Amino acid sequence: MTPILRKLLLTVLGWIVALVIAFPVIWMVLTSFKSETEAISRVPHLFAHLSLTNYVAVQERAKYLHFAWNSVIVSFGSTLLALLLAIPAAYAMAFLPTPRTRGTLLWMLSTKMMPSVGVLVPVYLLFRDAGLLDTRVGLVLVDALGILPVVVWMLYTFFKEVPREVLEAGRMDGAGPLREVYNLLLPLSMPGIVSTSLLAVILTWNEAFWSLTLTTSKAAPLTAFIASFSSPEGLFYAKLSAASTMAIAPILVLGWAGQRQLVRGLTFGAVK
Amino acid sequence: MATVDLQQLRKTYNSVEIIKGIDLTVRDQELTVFVGPSGCGKSTLLRMIAGLEEITSGELLIDGQRVNEVPAAKRGLALVFQSYALYPHMTVAENMSFSLKLAGVSKAEREAKVMEAARILHLEPLLDRKPKELSGGQRQRVAIGRAIVRHPRLFLFDEPLSNLDAALRVRMRQELTKLHRELKATMIYVTHDQVEAMTMADRIVVLQAGVVEQVGTPMELYQHPKNLFVAGFIGSPRMNFLTAIVVSVSDARVALELTDGTVIHASLPASAVSVGHTITLGIRPEHIRLSATGSIGAQVQLVERLGSESYVYVQANSGEVLTVRVSGEVNVAPEEKVRLAPDSDFLHLFDAIGQRIS
Ligand SMILES: Nc1ncnc2c1ncn2[C@@H]1O[C@H](COP(=O)(O)OP(=O)(O)OP(=O)(O)O)[C@@H](O)[C@H]1O
Ligand SMILES: [Mg+2]
Repeated sequence: MTPILRKLLLTVLGWIVALVIAFPVIWMVLTSFKSETEAISRVPHLFAHLSLTNYVAVQERAKYLHFAWNSVIVSFGSTLLALLLAIPAAYAMAFLPTPRTRGTLLWMLSTKMMPSVGVLVPVYLLFRDAGLLDTRVGLVLVDALGILPVVVWMLYTFFKEVPREVLEAGRMDGAGPLREVYNLLLPLSMPGIVSTSLLAVILTWNEAFWSLTLTTSKAAPLTAFIASFSSPEGLFYAKLSAASTMAIAPILVLGWAGQRQLVRGLTFGAVK
Repeated sequence: MATVDLQQLRKTYNSVEIIKGIDLTVRDQELTVFVGPSGCGKSTLLRMIAGLEEITSGELLIDGQRVNEVPAAKRGLALVFQSYALYPHMTVAENMSFSLKLAGVSKAEREAKVMEAARILHLEPLLDRKPKELSGGQRQRVAIGRAIVRHPRLFLFDEPLSNLDAALRVRMRQELTKLHRELKATMIYVTHDQVEAMTMADRIVVLQAGVVEQVGTPMELYQHPKNLFVAGFIGSPRMNFLTAIVVSVSDARVALELTDGTVIHASLPASAVSVGHTITLGIRPEHIRLSATGSIGAQVQLVERLGSESYVYVQANSGEVLTVRVSGEVNVAPEEKVRLAPDSDFLHLFDAIGQRIS
């Protein structure tokens, strides 16, 4: 096979795979512009009668911006909090390891194997007693803790790539631990930190379980916004699609902008 | 300006002892070289002095002050790493001024000090470059520059030249020696290259497996190695060793019989050995001559010509392979039978456990 043919085939294959994966999202976006009857028609018309009526209807029923703002606060807030906790933890694990470091890391990750519903009742009761129900602070806390294991793990992997001697040189130059982290470790692992943050923002943006159980209206983010369209209205597919499109739009833009970093983040460890 | 005292210093990793109780004084303004084979603990010892490695037990004193628990950042020492460990995200100038910045030195003074270091190390045209835009030798100079801008009381070097090519290594060796003289600083220099040790050191510390084998000036180690290890380690090409038995002892001379029956005479106070002892005879390659009247019979195996001199590898009749250093004009060929005349004034004798007899 000539290199050109090979490249062509790979490109076509790549597009097909991408389309298959993206199809539900594309279909959802298309549906959001259709009328309700067309949305459920047996023979789908690809581009018939596209209009913005669904978006207007969604906007009339619920204040999109209120939910979107909550999503922004919660996902960025929890990512920031998780980073603040994870950076020192990952630093200690990467540069001052003990025989138990590996085990601790695995244990942290293993907590993600447990379904969240397992701790729903205790968390709910704690939140109720602490007055955190339906507050953004509460959701930031629980989301930050939720992504903490993943964030620590990723930062640990990125920190491991920073040559230890560079940090030691900093120490010899008179840098205390804070300076060492701030002036050397963070700048040197910035690509890793950016991709970790990006992933954390996406994960918390999409987080639905805690949002639905711990918030009602005041602090409800976009995941709750979509959910509110699915049940009581029955099968209004077009409106649901419009709501969903609005919910994923910001994060889609962010993901697009940070594509390069994200790919690096998602394949971390796999390619050196 | 500093003295360093190590008292029974020990280091244990996971219950394996790496540094086994070292007593040592590094004198003010001297360039002390730690030399030893790979894995003997040179870097570990240096890093303990630097404060990068915890001290398991023993005392470390700098200028008479106990510093065991003082963190590296507060010891005021500079360390040049084998890998240079430059800050990749900073320019050459920023690399060199980082320590000054941390110390709160004013911008003007920082610039003056960086310029001075850059001048000494010929780095002026490179000040705005990032480390990845530099050659190995240039990086190395930046690493040294980063150390000297601070005027530290003690310089530590961990094999700083081992990543350079041979020619550059020789030049940097001379520059470092010069720098040491100019700065009048105390320096500890780690290397596994005994030529570097011999040429640079005021005092050499020979380490093996976490213990000090001998401390002394280069010539002391060369002329009076304390034991077989130091004798074999210092000097290039390495010293030849022959097994022999003491056959007779008279007041200042002993007669030694090699395994093939050859008898050699050495000057030695009679009290040091007695007849019947098995000893090891050490002769440096430069202290053997090829001579028709020589006492040791041998056959040439290989000749290495360096131009001004040649190394002749011979197998003695006793079976041992010896190196003989001869002038470049001497003509010998492999397979040739030769006779070797050791210079009896330069024989080294070691007892059965490898300690020097004198
Ligand atoms: N972190 C560590 N954990 C366990 N053992 C270690 C550690 N660091 C070093 N060692 C061991 O300590 C010994 C001495 O190591 P060190 O690096 O001091 O040797 P060195 O003399 O500098 O050798 P080289 O000339 O190869 O640099 C080695 O046997 C090494 O395996
Ligand atoms: Mg070493």
